[in-house]
Amino acid sequence: MRSFTKSNLFWPVLGLVLLLLLNLTKTPDFFSIRVQDGHLYGSLIDILRNSAPTLLIALGMTLVIATRGIDLSVGAVAAISGAVACTYMAGSPDESTAGRAIVAMTMAVAVAVLLGVWNGFLVSVLGIQPIIATLVLMTAGRGLAMLITDGQITTVNNSLFSKVSTGFVLGLPIAILIALAVFAITAVLTRRTALGMLIEAVGINPEASRLAGVRARTITWIVYVFVAFCAGIAGLMIASNTNAADANAAGLFIELDAILAVVIGGTSLAGGRFSLTGTLIGAMFIQTLATTIPTMGIPAETNYLFKAVVVIVVCLLQSPKARAVLAVRRPTPLLTKGSAA
Amino acid sequence: MIQMTAEAAQATRTQPVVEMSGVSVSFPGVKALQSVGLTLRAGEVHALMGENGAGKSTLIKALTGVYSIDEGTIIVGGEPRTFHSPAESQAAGISTVYQEVNLCTNLTVAENMLLGREPRSLGRIDTRAMNRRAGETLARLGLDIDPKSQLGRHPIAIQQLVAIARAVDIDAELLILDEPTSSLDADEVAKLFEVMRTLRAEGVAIVFVSHFLEQVFEISDRMTVLRNGQFVGEYVTAETTQLQLVQAMIGRELETLEKIEQEADEHTVKTQGAPLIEVIDLGRKGSVEAVDLKVFEGEVIGIAGLLGSGRTELARLLFGADTPDHGDMRMRSKVTKLRTPRQAIDHKIAFSSENRRSEGVIEDLSIADNMVLAMQASRGWLRPIPARTKDRLVKKYIEALDIRPANPNALMRNLSGGNQQKVLLARWLITEPELLILDEPTRGIDIGAKAQIQQLVANLAKDGMSVVFISAELEEVLRLSDRLVVMRDRRKIDERANQDVTVSDVLEIIAGEVRNDA
Amino acid sequence: MTTVIAPPESPANSPAPRPSRGFTFPARFLPVIATVVLFFAMFGAGSIRYEGFSSPQTILSVLVDNSFLIVLAVGMTFVILTGGIDLSVGSVVALSAMIAASALRSGWSAPLVVVAVLLTGSVLGLLMGLVIHYFEIQPFIVTLAGMFLARGLCYVISVDSIPIKNETFTSFASGTIEIGDYFITPSVIVALVVLVIAAIVLHMTRFGRTVYAVGGSEQSALLMGLAVARTKIGVYVISGFCSALAGLLYAIYTLSGYSLTAVGMELDAIAAVVIGGTLLTGGSGFVLGSAVGVLVLGLIQSFISFDGTLSSWWTKITIGVLLLVFVLIQRLFTRRTV
Repeated sequence: MRSFTKSNLFWPVLGLVLLLLLNLTKTPDFFSIRVQDGHLYGSLIDILRNSAPTLLIALGMTLVIATRGIDLSVGAVAAISGAVACTYMAGSPDESTAGRAIVAMTMAVAVAVLLGVWNGFLVSVLGIQPIIATLVLMTAGRGLAMLITDGQITTVNNSLFSKVSTGFVLGLPIAILIALAVFAITAVLTRRTALGMLIEAVGINPEASRLAGVRARTITWIVYVFVAFCAGIAGLMIASNTNAADANAAGLFIELDAILAVVIGGTSLAGGRFSLTGTLIGAMFIQTLATTIPTMGIPAETNYLFKAVVVIVVCLLQSPKARAVLAVRRPTPLLTKGSAA
Repeated sequence: MIQMTAEAAQATRTQPVVEMSGVSVSFPGVKALQSVGLTLRAGEVHALMGENGAGKSTLIKALTGVYSIDEGTIIVGGEPRTFHSPAESQAAGISTVYQEVNLCTNLTVAENMLLGREPRSLGRIDTRAMNRRAGETLARLGLDIDPKSQLGRHPIAIQQLVAIARAVDIDAELLILDEPTSSLDADEVAKLFEVMRTLRAEGVAIVFVSHFLEQVFEISDRMTVLRNGQFVGEYVTAETTQLQLVQAMIGRELETLEKIEQEADEHTVKTQGAPLIEVIDLGRKGSVEAVDLKVFEGEVIGIAGLLGSGRTELARLLFGADTPDHGDMRMRSKVTKLRTPRQAIDHKIAFSSENRRSEGVIEDLSIADNMVLAMQASRGWLRPIPARTKDRLVKKYIEALDIRPANPNALMRNLSGGNQQKVLLARWLITEPELLILDEPTRGIDIGAKAQIQQLVANLAKDGMSVVFISAELEEVLRLSDRLVVMRDRRKIDERANQDVTVSDVLEIIAGEVRNDA
Repeated sequence: MTTVIAPPESPANSPAPRPSRGFTFPARFLPVIATVVLFFAMFGAGSIRYEGFSSPQTILSVLVDNSFLIVLAVGMTFVILTGGIDLSVGSVVALSAMIAASALRSGWSAPLVVVAVLLTGSVLGLLMGLVIHYFEIQPFIVTLAGMFLARGLCYVISVDSIPIKNETFTSFASGTIEIGDYFITPSVIVALVVLVIAAIVLHMTRFGRTVYAVGGSEQSALLMGLAVARTKIGVYVISGFCSALAGLLYAIYTLSGYSLTAVGMELDAIAAVVIGGTLLTGGSGFVLGSAVGVLVLGLIQSFISFDGTLSSWWTKITIGVLLLVFVLIQRLFTRRTV
């Protein structure tokens, strides 16, 4: 237990647990999960399902931030992905067939990946600061999405497509399964290959990494492609939830929520060591917060106020300067446990 | 503690501008300065000399209020003072020009000179008056620089002179120049010296830090030498030879130096046939001038030279960390171009930088990850080193190099300098290089680790690895190397087989008293 | 890559490299000039293509419709010049309009409301500046928190739109100033006054020069003994003040306060500043450029409304493309001089 309190995950997990318990005081059956038609239902399941798009993007964002970067364009990429899929399906005669949906979704993700290649090119090859490089697509992206949908909210009627967010497999919502699958893939990709270590090395000391022969440019490029891939899938989930592509509203502010999830999860915006599990908890925390506020009888819109407080508290906890000023000193352990997955 | 030659004491006619005595500064775990003194007089150029880590910049920073001192006194204009920030020391008439120009390149020359002291009328900056005043100061120093031009559009040399002009405009009584010439060419240095002479004639006290011996002898009136954070002595330049100065800096008396026994050179190197690596006319503007060098298999080349001699720059060119702008490189007779470290590593070259912290260690990663980084990088991220292989390699090198703590998961930031250095050596040995370039591998580490690293290098060469060994410690270079290359002023000035070469021979070559064609 | 204009002279007779004299056009003006040229080129192209576009009123209308954005961009320019960024401005615009609308509804006098709003914006900026400087937390994340905070406070005031019926405000809103056959609004005057004051502060005061110095190199500014802390915090106060003022202008423009307005307006402001030629890394740029940047953005919208066949989303795409072009130019520019 003592080793756990020293872990970087201690505070995020504690915050999440407290939030969940807070719900219990107002809604006694908050933790109950019931089975209906072989599907699981309940508040916790809802939280998991609704957090899926944010979690997906936050996973990619974790890697980007670990390289000292940031990607502001993910919301726009998600919107474009949804627009591509819906427009393609709506424009074909066999709109509702499964094959059509699969082609549409593949196309959407491919477009998203291309956009990631673009961002990665600006950052790693041209050497433009990440925040500016991705601002370009953040601004133009929603325009592109509207161009694709011709400014309409494109609705589709395809059962396979709508299952992406509302369907169930093995009693669990598909959205959750997709998010967890991407989480698992990311974890494997970074911790079972050498990618995670190389990303951290580049984020901690780019010059030392270069001298050790690390291809920093390739690594940086890969993470921007990966976050765009995640954003593409998240965009499909968002579009599937409403069976429509809304170029303006889809994924609005999701980049901020994703960054927030990463920061809450203990990954520093200054790059370096990252924690995917922390990000998972961070994304849950944000969604739980959004659920808790109306439950407590506070207007849902004030969610922003609480997020502001969370951001400030988390940043102050992470800032060495602030910790020194506020004298919340935690001793640095001489040895740490193995890297957090 | 202050030793002063009789001549120096006699020369003290007036009260010193600044007198530091018994100054000690320590950082966690390091005594950076131990009871050091420095006396600066009006109208004199005072050179502050010493090798890297001798404590020169710490002493300057202690004086200007960047660091606080643990012991000792600082007397400025006859009164004991303690400064807490550069702004405070500036207000007391101490002005510092740093090695890296600390001005704003996006502003004009005049703005840079007068920032914070702009002439104002009716509460707003009088740009015309500002340009006029800047122009006057520049003219006084004999500098033909347009005050309205943007600073960043001038070469570094001019920027350096503008920084000095700013210092002069403050009406500084003491001007500190911290390695102002390291990026200047001969003409530019001449210009700088003209300005320094003008100021000296006006009665300004000047501290001059430089690694170029000739410059120091040309411009300075007096010298203070530091070594390992300790005061070695104060010397009058006119009465000191270059050889004496180098001895003082490196720290051995001639007589004792000659007595140092040469370790018998047991292993012989075949220096016939094609060398492992050969460079011809290799150079890069502003860092190294045309160098020819051959390295044979199993040979240890020692590079001797003071800081700034081009020794590090040459190593970086060999590794592709910087790209040469002229010259050829051949590996096993094949023309090879190295544009990135990665290419060098693919050609089985390894390079351990002198800047352990900024160019070597990845602080927040573990010992194990740091060790396998180079190997992993050349395998590519898709082919991770199997866990068992990694464990085996890491365990092997932790044992072989006696790394402590012996815990592969300990974070690099928690290791001592010597252990960090061993991990970095392990990082390169794991890649099984044919040529290992070590730049100051033993700097700032304890004696025990030093000996271990020296032994390791000797063993590696015995096993057939070629090594380029760079160190400021001449005994170390002589003990290890088969052939010796001496560098000075960005040039290779001597190369010879390491047979019966003594430390004093090398000192004489460095001091330029032996004209020996390479 | 430092010797940009070191003239090739024979070493024998040149003791020191001399900077080129005579007519040197300072490179730092080039991006602004590019923006001005772009503006007039767009205006010219529009005049050829569309009937009635060539009227000076087209430009004046752009000013009328974007006066709040000019004020916002001016504040943002200060922040970006120091190398920072302020994401909170859009939310602060919305919050200011909300405070104004609700305070007026509950019977506050117009001058009191103006003071209260400006004070709120400035204090918010001050708080962010203090956190950024003293706790050394990235401006991006601190102002992100400020953005959430201001947006959240909007909802606390009201979830619904609040109309403004105060006479001072409505008369200010309906007022026009005739210039010959053309007109502008009082808001334009306010924006232009802010612009002039900002230019004076930046170029003729020590504070202004320190802003540029900090953006050029914070480390150098510190070693030169400049008031870095005061300056860094000051720019966020200015940005907060400008956002509040822009919020008032916006409230007058729309005659209402609504929590959902001005979403993403910070991006427009940042885009205007970048297109106006200010380096996002700090240290180089002019408020005048930012104002021209706003005009360019406004003119794109005029284009689209004049055309009738072009869809509104082309605005965003064009802004994105312009942003890209200017970022690439900046990249080349910084590569050459550093």
